[in-house]
Amino acid sequence: MISATDLQLTFGKGTPLENPALRGMSLTVNQGEFVTVIGSNGAGKSTFLNALAGEVLVDSGNIVVDNLNVTKLSTHKRAGRVARVFQDPLAGTCEGLSIEENLALAIKRGQRRGLSAAVKKQYMEQFRESLSSLNLGLEDRLGDKMGLLSGGQRQAVSLLMASLTPSNILLLDEHTAALDPKTAAFVLALTTKIIEEQKLTALMVTHSMKQALEVGTRTVMLHQGQVVFDINGKDREGLEVKDLLDLFEKQRGLSVDDDSLLLG
Amino acid sequence: MLSEIAFYGAIETGLIYGLVAFGIYISFRVLDFPDLTVDGSFPLGAAVAAVLIMQGWNPWVATGAAVLAGMAAGAVTAMLNVKLKILNLLASILTMIALYSINLRVMGRPNIALLGEETVLTPWYSLDLAYHQVPVLLFVIVVFIALILLWRFMKSETGLAMRATGANPRMARAQGIATGAMIILGVAVSNGLVGLAGALFAQSQGAADVTMGVGVIVIGLASLIGGEAVITPTTVIRALVACVVGAIIYRLAIALALNADFLGFKAQDLNLITAILVTLAIVLPGARNSLVNKLTRKKA
Repeated sequence: MISATDLQLTFGKGTPLENPALRGMSLTVNQGEFVTVIGSNGAGKSTFLNALAGEVLVDSGNIVVDNLNVTKLSTHKRAGRVARVFQDPLAGTCEGLSIEENLALAIKRGQRRGLSAAVKKQYMEQFRESLSSLNLGLEDRLGDKMGLLSGGQRQAVSLLMASLTPSNILLLDEHTAALDPKTAAFVLALTTKIIEEQKLTALMVTHSMKQALEVGTRTVMLHQGQVVFDINGKDREGLEVKDLLDLFEKQRGLSVDDDSLLLG
Repeated sequence: MLSEIAFYGAIETGLIYGLVAFGIYISFRVLDFPDLTVDGSFPLGAAVAAVLIMQGWNPWVATGAAVLAGMAAGAVTAMLNVKLKILNLLASILTMIALYSINLRVMGRPNIALLGEETVLTPWYSLDLAYHQVPVLLFVIVVFIALILLWRFMKSETGLAMRATGANPRMARAQGIATGAMIILGVAVSNGLVGLAGALFAQSQGAADVTMGVGVIVIGLASLIGGEAVITPTTVIRALVACVVGAIIYRLAIALALNADFLGFKAQDLNLITAILVTLAIVLPGARNSLVNKLTRKKA
């Protein structure tokens, strides 16, 4: 379980560019939930994910992951609990290292690293097996440099790396946004498959309302650094993009003028 | 064109600079941390080893102390960057400048002669080898051991974490790697190797001098870049071998340039030749590629 309570974060405090990104954001994600997060540009989606991961520290509020208060912990100290896939397909892997070296880095996520060889024989079976589930033929290219792979392939490997060891929550930050439609569909299908198979708890930020309703078990919309609505279970079934927009207008008494919300 | 003694001398110095190039490979290539501390940690290693040898310490223990001193200097640079958020290049310049004073303090005077003292080389002179071949043999062994250890380290869990830190720090943090600690460790190891090189250089040349570090960074970079031009560094082991090969080629090129009378170079032209060689080493691979491109385009 992961719970964020009353998160406040302002960038550039005391400067003309002062930008309140999180204004009392609260959200609790239960074990096994797959939450999709939507919201317009500047709603605080990425900042919220960065705050959960530890890349930015909040000004006030609390973040608790599996009964441990991680609010003040830096990214690497949270990494054992929080797994992550970035929007940029190149950001989640090291292009200068081989596929097996990248996987070897990920298999020790959040654990002590010693002086024994990083790429161990006992890992190989697991590496081959998980790579073959991608159907990209990567299981025969373990020694190849990551940089030789396409963006979609690298994002698929990033996803594998994030799920190679157990975590309390998997953060997906618009991880299909930078891919072409076909590859994006492939990576999204892979995402739902991995989350279902391993019964992961996940938080997926997406720009597409359609995608937000099609996958996952719960949908949350952010606006101006707060949760404006939160639907799951029966309420969410059969909901369409138009219903979401109506819901949004009703909640905030605002009209949506951001085209990006309608796309997809 | 090159006498036997000059040839072995070039190999000997080349091997020592191979250790410097290892250090620069770790900072510049693995960590992407432009570290100029080496101009101070090289004479620091020499100073520490020389002072301890003069006080009657075992030369290997003195050399070990020089390594530790170099590591401490590197750790200071890295901490200035990681903890105090000073730009990496500037942090290293600050340490380098500070080390000039520290080296004078360590030695108590600008230079120390080690003539007649027991050094790491002394026992090896009883071997049935020519005088100028002894240091080459010893340094080949030292460089070989350092190369194997570094190679193993870079392939270890911690070494891989260090490579990820330099290549993609955001990803490294997300994988639970303490990137700050990796930078401190890496820059420390890098300068430890340079301290070792300084200690060996002082013992083979018979003196430690406070000015002996001037330009070490450029020579190390020349070796690294030159080596990479000859041996493409696609793997860690190739990159490490390239460091040694580059350093030896560089020293041989310098020896040739200084010995070739028709070129008219003198010892004082050393730094000029170095700068020219480094420029060529950086520019030539690109120029070759564009030349190849032009030629193939014409054919097509």
